[in-house]
Amino acid sequence: MNRYPLWKNATVLIALVLGLLYTLPNFFGEAPAVQVASVKSTHKVDAKLLAQVEAALKTASIAPQGMVLDLNSVRVRLADTDTQLKARDAIERALNPVAADATYSVALNLVSDSPNWLNSINALPMYLGLDLRGGVHFLLQVDMKGALTKRLDSIGADLRSLMRDKSIRHGGISREGQTVAIRFREAETRDKARGVLADSQPDLELVDAQDGADLKLVATLKPVAQKRIQEFAVKQNITTLHNRINELGVAEPVIQQQGIDRIVVQLPGVQDTAKAKDILGRTATLEVRMVDDEASANPSVMDQAARGQPPPGTEYYVERGGRGLLVKKQVVLTGERLTDAQPGFDNQTQEPAVHLSLDSAGARIFKDVTRESVGKRMAILLIEKGKGEVVTAPVIRTEIGGGRVQISGRMSTVEAHDVALLLRAGSLAAPMEIIEERTVGPSLGAENIAKGFNSTMWGFIAIAVFMMSYYLLFGLVSVFALSANLLFLVALLSLLQATLTLPGIAAIALTLGMAIDANVLINERVREELRGGNSPQAAITAGYERAWATILDSNITTLIAGIALLIFGSGPVRGFAVVHCLGILTSIFSSVVVSRALINWIYGRRRKLEAVSIGQVWKPGV
Amino acid sequence: MEFFRIRKDIPFMRHALVFNIISLITFLLAVFFLSTKGLHFSVEFTGGTLMEVSYAQAPDLRQIRQQLESDGFVDPQVQNFGSSRDVLIRVPLTKGAESSKVGEQVMASLMKVGAGADPKVVQSKAPATTPELKRVEFVGPQVGKELAEDGALALLLVVVGIMLYLAFRFEWRFALSAIIANMHDVVIILGFFAFFQWEFSLPVLAAVLAVLGYSVNESVVVFDRVRETFKKKRGMTTPQVLDHAITSTISRTIITHGSTQMMVTSMLIFGGAALHYFALALTIGILFGIYSSVLVASPLVMWLGVSREQFVKPKVEKQEAVV
Repeated sequence: MNRYPLWKNATVLIALVLGLLYTLPNFFGEAPAVQVASVKSTHKVDAKLLAQVEAALKTASIAPQGMVLDLNSVRVRLADTDTQLKARDAIERALNPVAADATYSVALNLVSDSPNWLNSINALPMYLGLDLRGGVHFLLQVDMKGALTKRLDSIGADLRSLMRDKSIRHGGISREGQTVAIRFREAETRDKARGVLADSQPDLELVDAQDGADLKLVATLKPVAQKRIQEFAVKQNITTLHNRINELGVAEPVIQQQGIDRIVVQLPGVQDTAKAKDILGRTATLEVRMVDDEASANPSVMDQAARGQPPPGTEYYVERGGRGLLVKKQVVLTGERLTDAQPGFDNQTQEPAVHLSLDSAGARIFKDVTRESVGKRMAILLIEKGKGEVVTAPVIRTEIGGGRVQISGRMSTVEAHDVALLLRAGSLAAPMEIIEERTVGPSLGAENIAKGFNSTMWGFIAIAVFMMSYYLLFGLVSVFALSANLLFLVALLSLLQATLTLPGIAAIALTLGMAIDANVLINERVREELRGGNSPQAAITAGYERAWATILDSNITTLIAGIALLIFGSGPVRGFAVVHCLGILTSIFSSVVVSRALINWIYGRRRKLEAVSIGQVWKPGV
Repeated sequence: MEFFRIRKDIPFMRHALVFNIISLITFLLAVFFLSTKGLHFSVEFTGGTLMEVSYAQAPDLRQIRQQLESDGFVDPQVQNFGSSRDVLIRVPLTKGAESSKVGEQVMASLMKVGAGADPKVVQSKAPATTPELKRVEFVGPQVGKELAEDGALALLLVVVGIMLYLAFRFEWRFALSAIIANMHDVVIILGFFAFFQWEFSLPVLAAVLAVLGYSVNESVVVFDRVRETFKKKRGMTTPQVLDHAITSTISRTIITHGSTQMMVTSMLIFGGAALHYFALALTIGILFGIYSSVLVASPLVMWLGVSREQFVKPKVEKQEAVV
């Protein structure tokens, strides 16, 4: 007798029902939608926003198919792409009256069209990779050395004010490669300085050195501090990228750290790669430095500087107006101290202006600097890949405390907006470089889906026809098991929300093609047992039992290859490996347990089973 | 239906030497082509920019190439992809230039071709000559190097992992011969890619590794039978046991591989250019997989001196009770 205990049958049944349930959302397809998210942390996404969006749609007389509020966005489902565009414009107008100062990002998106009860049990369609839905993928490399140099620069500035506060006389502080050197005249002051530094700068390792007549104290970052700075740099860059991408209005961007020093950015649905790259590629860092006004006013010095020989301690830059100016190398403030930048207008003159907010440390430094330099100019520089650009060089009119800074004069509204955006988004902790880029057009994405789907479907049909004609009823059971396998695989992929790529679809096809092996093994084995003269019931039992060891061994070897791909593969290969590994696991279950349950159900109860439908069993010598 | 009506065990082992010599020759040929021609690595490995553009009408490739060269691109490759209206452009990495901008620059060049002077190609400024960008891939030099290293590591991990598993489940002789037989498959697939200068991309690498796992699977099925036969049937010589094992699994071997190949053929037909080389690598792998894992691995096991004693030495009673 071949009977499964109740629990086994129940397991199979429950697995099938769950599989069906979680596969279901994939059949409903996706509906056009508009996604509203907050760009500013001060504005939360809540029921009030939902009401606002609803009102906006009502005034535009657009009837939404559904509205969902989740943790950080409101999604409005719409009937077709035309209404989608209209709805976006209507919501955009209502929520962002000043286009230049957007509070919310309003983006086109697709949402699952499955009924709400499915969504509520977390049954979502498979998450399609960029090669299937179209979009841009970037891999960015964070320049860790750059992060360290930057940090050393600002440490240099800190040390200067520290020395001043403690009134220790020194002969100059400068960064030399990956070290900061402080010069002294006397050994006493150096000892005193060392004591002070050891207390206040625990990250620094101090070494005495001698340079001609000068005594030096050479400070390097401790390895632990270096590691922390690098980790922080990547985190900070990710945050900055988040801000920048929010400005782009992309639905569901992916921004993740990969490895120690890399960041993956994926922007589904983005077609305007030039703009995306422009915004991402502004791997700019911000610096505030003083302008050397005296030298800048001297025509002969400026002439020399323009020819590449600026006076020591300064650098030559050309302002946006085209005028040259000399900026001191010493950095007053970096972009890290900047918390916000908004375009606006000067209260008195009504000129376009940019309002900056600094954090407390930044505010203190800024206050000190402005007190000492009223009437002088300061330059705000954007440093991109080692090349600086003066964004603006305003005159300091008065001492500025409290960390609220306004830059105005010689700016148009558009410029003010641009500068604010650059300043706000521009505070990367370390420079970055795009080292990999992949853009897939939406038509290619749809083609890829069709190709992958067709390959799988026709392959499946071919296998099904063959199996059924060769093994008859056992073949039908095998095909059912194979379908169950496909069902489990798709359900698992949907449940895990693993990214499905074209190689992933290929892996589904290949896994199915390989999974049939288990059923062929079983069926051949059952035939062999029948050939050997066993009774049908005994043949079924023996066939399944003997095939099991082989199936296990052969699947484990395949799994080893899959896991190796999973560990070492990246990008497309990883997509392949995930599906491949999952598929091997589901195939073991479906081809052995599910098919056995079905065979048991068909034949298991019959006491006097004369023959089974497994195709012709040819016996030698008969 | 029953395709395989075999009365007696087929004496495969009698021809073992022939099979292995054929194998060795193919293997050496593959190595020869690999070393002389080398693999045609895709952009993913070499670094550079790859673009797929689509035209409404078939464009003149020669003209595009000339335009790109005159715009300062060194050694650009321009070829059709899938259909005559789809064009694939490869631009190698150039030092110094801002490589991530190459895509835009190439598009600018292509636009110039559209507005070019050749009246045969351009009747007017019809949309037929404006390319539509379908795909851009840019890979920096450091990524490519890593991919190659990771690929080699993955291969190593697969080989070691499978050998350990087989040594644990069976015997070191099986492990060694299975891995030799299947590594030689991998080399042969690579040999094909070198000989025809097919593009070796990441999906192809994935296919190669998947094939490795898959064909070992094949050897496992035969070895399983060998072990079983050794345990069950006494008085058979080792070659006879191997013959019996291969013969009794041959129908399963061919049906399974046939089924897998049906799926792969479907990918070859419907999968388009993107899956073409992937499916091709699988096809070669499956065909040689049958051959090598059955007809190369088994003789190797024989020559390595496998015998009944290795399986039924200490636990004879217990083992037989189980069977």
